[in-house]
Amino acid sequence: MPTKTKSPERLRVRKTYKLYIGGAYPRSESGRTYPVTDSHGELLAHAAQASRKDLRDAVRSARGAVTGWSRATGYNRGQVLYRIAEMLDGRREQFAAEVAAAEGLAPAAALANVDAAIDRWVYYAGWTDKYAQVAGGTNPVAGPYFNFSLPEPVGVVGVVAPQDSALLGLVSVLAPVLATGNTAVVLSSERRALPAVSFAEVLGTSDLPAGVVNLLTGFTAELAPWLASHRDVNALDLTGVEPAARRDLQIAAAENVKRVHIPAADTGWDADPGIARLGLFTETKTVWHPIGV
Amino acid sequence: MAKFPYAPAPESRDVARLKPSYQPYINGEFRDGTGEAVKTINPADETPLAEVSEAGEKDVDDAVAAARKAADGSWGRLSGTERGKYLFRIARAIAERARELAVVETLDNGKPIKESRDVDIPLASAHFFYYAGWADKLGYAGFGPSPRPLGIAGQIIPWNFPLLMAAWKIAPALATGNTVVLKPAETTPLSALVLAEIIAEADLPPGVVNILPGGPSIGAAIVDRAADGAIDKIAFTGSTEVGKIIQRSLAGTPARLSLELGGKAANIVFDDAPLDQAVEGIVNGIYFNQGQVCCAGSRLLVQESVADELIVSLKRRLSTLRVGDPMDKNTDVGAINSAAQLAKINELSDSGEAEGATRWSAECTLPERGYFFPPTLFTDVSQSHRIAREEIFGPVLSVLTFRTPDEAIDKANNTPYGLSAGVWTEKGSRILSMANQLRAGVVWANTFNRFDPTSPFGGYKESGFGREGGRHGLEAYLAH
Repeated sequence: MPTKTKSPERLRVRKTYKLYIGGAYPRSESGRTYPVTDSHGELLAHAAQASRKDLRDAVRSARGAVTGWSRATGYNRGQVLYRIAEMLDGRREQFAAEVAAAEGLAPAAALANVDAAIDRWVYYAGWTDKYAQVAGGTNPVAGPYFNFSLPEPVGVVGVVAPQDSALLGLVSVLAPVLATGNTAVVLSSERRALPAVSFAEVLGTSDLPAGVVNLLTGFTAELAPWLASHRDVNALDLTGVEPAARRDLQIAAAENVKRVHIPAADTGWDADPGIARLGLFTETKTVWHPIGV
Repeated sequence: MAKFPYAPAPESRDVARLKPSYQPYINGEFRDGTGEAVKTINPADETPLAEVSEAGEKDVDDAVAAARKAADGSWGRLSGTERGKYLFRIARAIAERARELAVVETLDNGKPIKESRDVDIPLASAHFFYYAGWADKLGYAGFGPSPRPLGIAGQIIPWNFPLLMAAWKIAPALATGNTVVLKPAETTPLSALVLAEIIAEADLPPGVVNILPGGPSIGAAIVDRAADGAIDKIAFTGSTEVGKIIQRSLAGTPARLSLELGGKAANIVFDDAPLDQAVEGIVNGIYFNQGQVCCAGSRLLVQESVADELIVSLKRRLSTLRVGDPMDKNTDVGAINSAAQLAKINELSDSGEAEGATRWSAECTLPERGYFFPPTLFTDVSQSHRIAREEIFGPVLSVLTFRTPDEAIDKANNTPYGLSAGVWTEKGSRILSMANQLRAGVVWANTFNRFDPTSPFGGYKESGFGREGGRHGLEAYLAH
């Protein structure tokens, strides 16, 4: 983000805003960019306008990361999620400035927003090795069998991040997806894209294995249909899609019986996240074994 | 190998107390439907059992109106304790009339009487008994302190376990305070309509449960009502093809959906497995209910080093299965449910041979009338064959081999389905490793096709979403 500096003697070094796919930061293969402005309409930067092919690359990379991430221990995943909070905290002023520019928040409100995003990672970091105890358990079947149920990740989750809340909204939908062991292809807020791109840099320095999160900037209406119809995506979070556009995406998602999340009435991202989002992208697996000698 | 001769031991048909005609159950009354009157056929001899008055569009509207009135009124206001007592009544009444229901089920479905008697009916009763106890304890189920019902559940069930599927659908819906519009399968309406009698005799308020016999058009009408907002939730068990149609139909609407769809389960046998037990498990996995089971172990993955030995044992065991009259208490494999299903099994089996697999069927004399298919297995099957990819829904097993655990996992998961899987090995750590890696909702280790009301059941991937059974099964019927 080109921070407008008051010191004329030195020219600031501006950042190129790129995609985050498979742990790398490529430009869109299409070579396209689009202008991103602040809340007053002033140009902030040109962000990469991801293409269908970028999206397919992102899905492939997310699929490749499923085995490693889903089989990592909850303790290990928790440490990585906590590390994200650490990295984010170290850059909180930068993010506050970016969020303020993107959303038009006053400095104090923007800082509070970033702090909430940091704390959300801490919250979900603590869930990684507890959710299975809450959502799973043994089932007392009427016979000589040991039977237990566990939540497992659904696999690759396509996430359309909230359009309004560039960082806290993104974190609130992404963290529970990762906490339960899924990998993600995320479409960032279209108009407020820059905090998401900077956040991808945080992910890249947080011991998160490459491919676990892939983040694309671009036009939601162009990319979401490809995400919804992709056969190698297991589930879809349509939080960032306007209600009128959801139906077509849900129809496309039925092609491989995707689990689709449509949020209920907007309660705001400041609210206590609770447990609900952890269950959205899990499957219950039940295992039977006879008891005998 | 010599076969032991068995004298016939037929169950009495009179026990079913079949009536000449059956009617839809709407708003607490049995009345003729506005659809056609059709004959339901005994698939074991192709003779008509009874006439069934099918529901029409108007009946769907009436049932929905009655269900809404009950949801907003008498049933919605009832305490969990009282709701539970109604469910306990139903559980007891099913147990009380278990023999009658078993005979009805076998006559209408074609499954062996020993299966309807020992599996379908007892489990249906147990399912009601289990969910009855949840009705006044929902705050402890982990879905918030005071979870609320959704309203009306539209439920569409298949013909393979007619009464049991009705129980799986109705019991959790009522325990959570919803009302029900249920459509049994067109070829197996009778046991659901006997269940309607039981529900009427249990004095459930009118409209709480409505049962609408009919074909696909009535199922579509129920889904349409959900798309229009008149029904709050659809629960469907059936084919993946129809499941996708329903998912599309409900796109963009607030209606909730749970789907229990097809499967192509791998049953994996390692070289250290107790082969005799594994053979029994394989037989139970694919020949139980004539293989007309969504979670059937239809792909046998056997470790190469024991493949020949296992297949010899399996063929020997299959040769001892008694195929024939479902009403005979000795029968192991009964009738295929319909001519259409038999045609589908034949078509897919023929494709197996055409694509290069080797067919083997147990030598057995099939009855001259009725829809029968001998227990069959295919060897020389490759993963690309239709019989290794498509759900046959019949007593047909495709045998593939593997060398390493990784190869077994790759092959087992190489399917768009993910309902169930089996693992046979004496090594505990391997069981848990396989169970971790199999992408399926139910994993049976050293057993197969076990069901229990406390045990969540449901699929990964294109086998659907949502769980039935257990605490998890409540979630599909609760607002949260």
